Amino acid sequence: MMMIEYQNIFTRVQVHGPDDLGVPMKPGNWPREKGITTNYLLGIIGDAQLGPIYLGGLGIMSLLCGFIAIEIIGLNMLASVNWNPIQFVRQLFWLGLEPPPAKYGLSLAPLREGGWWQMAGFFLTASILLWWLRTYRRARALGMGTHIAWAFAAAIWLYLVLGFIRPLLMGSFEEAVPFGIFPHLDWTAAFSIRYGNLFYNPFHMLSIAFLYGSALLFAMHGATILAVSRLGGEREIEQIIDRGTASERAALFWRWTMGFNATMESIHRWAWWFAVLCPLVGGIGILLTGTVVDNWYLWGVKHGVTPMYPLDLTAPVIDPATAQ
Amino acid sequence: MKLSATTLTASLLVSVIAVLLAIPMMLQWERPPMDSTQLGFRGLGMEQITNPRIAETLKALNTLPVPDDPVENDGVLVKNDTENYKNVQVLGDLDTAQFVRLMNAISTWVAPQEGDNAGCAYCHNLENMASDEVYTKVVARRMIQMTRAINTQYKSHVAETGVTCYTCHRGNAVPANVWATNPGPKQAGGMAASRDGQNLAGQPVPAYASLPYDPFTTLLNTPADSIRVVATTPLPGGTGASIRATEKTYSLMMHMSTGLGVNCTFCHNSRQFSSWEESRPQRVTAWHGIEMVRDVNGSYMTPLTDVFPANRKGPMGDVLKANCATCHNGVNKPLYGFSMAKSYPELSVPNP
Repeated sequence: MMMIEYQNIFTRVQVHGPDDLGVPMKPGNWPREKGITTNYLLGIIGDAQLGPIYLGGLGIMSLLCGFIAIEIIGLNMLASVNWNPIQFVRQLFWLGLEPPPAKYGLSLAPLREGGWWQMAGFFLTASILLWWLRTYRRARALGMGTHIAWAFAAAIWLYLVLGFIRPLLMGSFEEAVPFGIFPHLDWTAAFSIRYGNLFYNPFHMLSIAFLYGSALLFAMHGATILAVSRLGGEREIEQIIDRGTASERAALFWRWTMGFNATMESIHRWAWWFAVLCPLVGGIGILLTGTVVDNWYLWGVKHGVTPMYPLDLTAPVIDPATAQ
Repeated sequence: MKLSATTLTASLLVSVIAVLLAIPMMLQWERPPMDSTQLGFRGLGMEQITNPRIAETLKALNTLPVPDDPVENDGVLVKNDTENYKNVQVLGDLDTAQFVRLMNAISTWVAPQEGDNAGCAYCHNLENMASDEVYTKVVARRMIQMTRAINTQYKSHVAETGVTCYTCHRGNAVPANVWATNPGPKQAGGMAASRDGQNLAGQPVPAYASLPYDPFTTLLNTPADSIRVVATTPLPGGTGASIRATEKTYSLMMHMSTGLGVNCTFCHNSRQFSSWEESRPQRVTAWHGIEMVRDVNGSYMTPLTDVFPANRKGPMGDVLKANCATCHNGVNKPLYGFSMAKSYPELSVPNP
C-alpha cells in the first residue's frame, strides 16, 4: 500500500494554508482580485489555493480579442454546416476556416473568401501578443526575471512564422495555416509533402531533437527530484545555494550512471533552453521552406544529407510522362 | 485507505471519459493482428498492411463470375443478316451466335433482376429490338465502345487481363462506386466563409480526413489539373503547386488507397512521393490508370450527359463517372486478376 501511495501520480501533500495574498504591489498596478478559495481537486495536482487572479487592462483586452477570434472561427464553422448545431458538434474536429486563395495575395480578401480568416488571425494574434505583454509585466511587477515571457515568445515566433511572416515572404496568405483541428493537421501533412518532406529540413531535425530532448530532460529532472523528495529534494531553490544531502545524492547518482551531473540551478537552464529552442529552430525551418528551399529531399540529395537505398536497376521505374 | 467523496467523483469522471473514448475507438479502429508484407528495401517501411478479417469480407464482396460456355459460330455475321439485325452499329462484325451470347451476358452483368424492366428489356423495346428509344441502349452502345477502347488502347493499365461490363457493373445497372461533382451539403452562404470544398466529416472521399471531398472533378476528368504538386528542384524557381492543390492530390491519393485496398507504399517510397526511381513499378500502372479514367470520363461518360435522365445524374447535373474504385472495388487487381475478358474476345478488338 505504501508503495502504491508513493508512486501515485498525484501529490500526497495538500498544500493548504492561510490565504497567501502575495507580495505588496507598487503603485500603478491594479489591485488583485480579492476572492481566494481553496479546492481539494486542485490540491491533488498543485497548490489548493485558487486566486488571487490579476486580470488588469492587458488581461481584459487579451481575453476580449481571444473571444472575438474564437467567435469568428466558431460561427464560420457553424455557417459551414448551415447553422446546424448538431452537425456542428458531430463534425467539430473536421470543420475549419480557410485562409484566402492565392489570387488575393497579401491584400484584404472578401469576407467569404478568407476575409474572416484574416480577421480571426488579427484578433488571435492581438490576443496572444497582449497576453505576452501581460506575462512580461506581471513578472516585472513581482520583481521576477522575464524568462517565462521569453519562453512564451519562442512559441509566438513559430506561430507568427507559420501564419504571418512566411506568408508575407511568399507573397500570399494562401500559404498560411487554416483554423480547425483536422484542417490544420491536413495542412501540415500537405505542407511537408509539397516542400519535399520536412524531415530532410535540418532545422526541423534540430527542432525534433529539442522536442524529444525536452521530454527526456523533463523526465530525468522530475524523476531525480521525486526520488530524493524523501530527503527534502523538492526544496530545489534553497539547495542551489545550500545543496544538502538530497542534492548530493542526486548528483552522485548521475555521476555514477553517466559521469556528469547538472546542478540544481543549471538543470533549469538546460530545460529552459531545450524548450525554447524547439519552436525557435522550428520557426527558422518553416521560414526557409518555400522561400529559400523548395524541396528539402532534393536539397538533401544535393548536399549529401539524404541516404540512398539500393534500387532494382534491372527494372528501373521511369516517369511515364517523360516517355511520351 | 479512506475514499473521500471528491476522489470518488474524480475517479468516476475519469472512468466515464475513458469509456466515451473507447466507444469510437472500438467502432472505427481495426483490432490486431494485421498481416504485413515487405514491398521494398528493408528499413524503409515499404510494406503492405492487410487486415485478414477485412480481406475475408472483401473476398465475399468480390465473388468471381462464371463466364458463359463458348458457343459454335453460326457462320453468319450480324451485319450480313439484315433481316434479323437492324441498327447494330458497333457489333456488326460479330458472328450472330457470338452476338446473342454477348447480349445475354450483358443482360446478366448489368440488369439481372427479374421484372418488366430487367434483362433484355432494360435496354431494348422488346417489340422492336432495333429501336434506340430506351436511353440505356444508347449508353450501352457507347460503353461497349469504351470497353473495347480500354482493352486495346490501355493495355498499359489493364494488361492482358482486360475488362468487361462486369468488372464495374457486377450485376448493378449503375456500378456501386461512381462519382459526380460533389458540392457537399448546403452551407450558409452570404458573407459567411466558404468551406472551399473541404473540412467536412462523413464524405465518401477522403475517409476520415478533412481534405477536399471532391478531388475528381478537377483531377479525374478531361481537361484535368496536374496531380503533381511536389517541387521538382531543390531551390525555388521550379514547378511546385499550392498547398490547396496539394491537399486535393492528397485526397485523390487517399481515394486510390482505399479504392485499391493498398497503402501509400504499394506504389510510393513515402519519403519522397514524387520520386519515380524510388517508386515501385505499380506506380507506372497506376499512372496509366489515371490517364485511362480521365479518358473514360472525358470521351465516354461526359458526352452522354444529354442521354441520361436527371435521376442518373449528380446534384450538379453532370453524369455519374468512373474513378479507381469503380473497377477495383477495394482490390488492387479487380476480381483478384481474374480475366473475364478472355471469355469474350469480341470485347478486346478495336472499334470499327
